[in-house]
Amino acid sequence: MQAETLSGGFATPAVEAARAFRSVMEAMARPGTIHDIRGAEPPAPLSPAAGAVLLTLCDAETPIYLAGAADCDAVRSWLAFHTGAPAAGPSHCMFAVGSWDALSPLSDYPVGTSEYPDRSATLVVECPGLASSGAALKGPGIKESAFLSLPEVQAFRKNRALFPLGVDFIFTNSSRVAALPRSTEVS
Amino acid sequence: MNAYNFAYLDEQTKRMIRRAILKGLAIPGYQVPFASREMPMPYGWGTGGVQVSAAVLTPQDTLKVIDQGADDTTNAVSIRTFFERTAGVETTTQTKSATVIQTRHRIPEDPLTEGQILVYQVPIPEPLRFLEPRESETRKMHSLEEYGLMHVKLYEDISRHGHIATSYAYPVKVEGRYVMDPSPIPKFDNPKLGDMAAIQLFGAGREQRIYALPPYTQVISLDFEDHPFEASKADHPCGLCGAKDSYLDEVIIDDAGGRMFVCSDTNYCTARQAAGHKGKDAA
Ligand SMILES: [Zn+2]
Repeated sequence: MQAETLSGGFATPAVEAARAFRSVMEAMARPGTIHDIRGAEPPAPLSPAAGAVLLTLCDAETPIYLAGAADCDAVRSWLAFHTGAPAAGPSHCMFAVGSWDALSPLSDYPVGTSEYPDRSATLVVECPGLASSGAALKGPGIKESAFLSLPEVQAFRKNRALFPLGVDFIFTNSSRVAALPRSTEVS
Repeated sequence: MNAYNFAYLDEQTKRMIRRAILKGLAIPGYQVPFASREMPMPYGWGTGGVQVSAAVLTPQDTLKVIDQGADDTTNAVSIRTFFERTAGVETTTQTKSATVIQTRHRIPEDPLTEGQILVYQVPIPEPLRFLEPRESETRKMHSLEEYGLMHVKLYEDISRHGHIATSYAYPVKVEGRYVMDPSPIPKFDNPKLGDMAAIQLFGAGREQRIYALPPYTQVISLDFEDHPFEASKADHPCGLCGAKDSYLDEVIIDDAGGRMFVCSDTNYCTARQAAGHKGKDAA
């Protein structure tokens, strides 16, 4: 086992997971806002933010789809050791992580059922940058309007049209996190 | 304090609850099932709210706990003590200095702000339960937006009483989609649910449901064109602080059956009295 597999987890798991969760929750509750998220040092190509999100939310009960470059030995071993999350394909995952191109198309992921719309995937999208500018956002969590640097617009509009079904997005870059729930209207 | 048992719950349970909270925020008003844990307190004491609070608290938080508006009931004190011991958090009775507020049956009078989280203790999360006892059927009704029966029930109120008699747990519609039970808050509090700056999280322990309202969410109390919703309260000022805008409890003050109306939000009332406001019954 590689040394990097064993290292890079939360130093004080309960407290760091609590802080990381608050960042993710604030991001999901207020689309367009960007929050610091720290404590994880995952192997490349995962960002520290994506590592912290996965350590906070994933375990043996949450199949993860590793898309594109994220699907490498180093990441697989690190996630298996620190979370115990089983690997899955896009159609059976609860979480997916990778670049936008690697995660696309969205049509493969679980969107929930009409009686259980919560049984849907959450996509952790690794981004080259995050900024409160770009696509205009409206919906729950947003006072008047908000903006977020999304990789595109059309896919999010199609996802919004499925509401209350749909997937939810967490965007990560370096040590920062933003989110976009299925309820947000994007233009 | 053992870091692995921060806020009492084990890490796996907190992850499960945290995932449910995120899905709840993504689908406002929809009840997310979760596997509720045994807590060291009876169900009636808000185990659902306690589990949600345990999943969101960080050591930097300042926690306030209210029971029907009061910080000093046995229930509120024991939950506050529980989190002081298990999470090492600061506690307060001041609405303005709290970052997390766990509540049973009230929304504080002071408007909440963007840095705050309001956690409700919920006894019966399903607003359609009294119309339909079967969970499989209420799930279907929500999925098909079959809310006609709910309106019929409210309208029966009107034909029987001349107005909508439901005064607690008054049902609301969230973002034009899900009908939601706001927990047994007085309907006086319903207008505060919508467009609130704080995050609102609802936990039902026995019924194993979590639901949520993100900030600035549209929340409409169900009503009828000829009988619009009214956020009523006792038509008196507070006997202690003179407030005319707060929700009041009627309390018996002596053996002769004397009564007075006082703010149910004790922090709001004491802060007003400290600022020099005086009601007609103040000493
Ligand atoms: Zn008063």
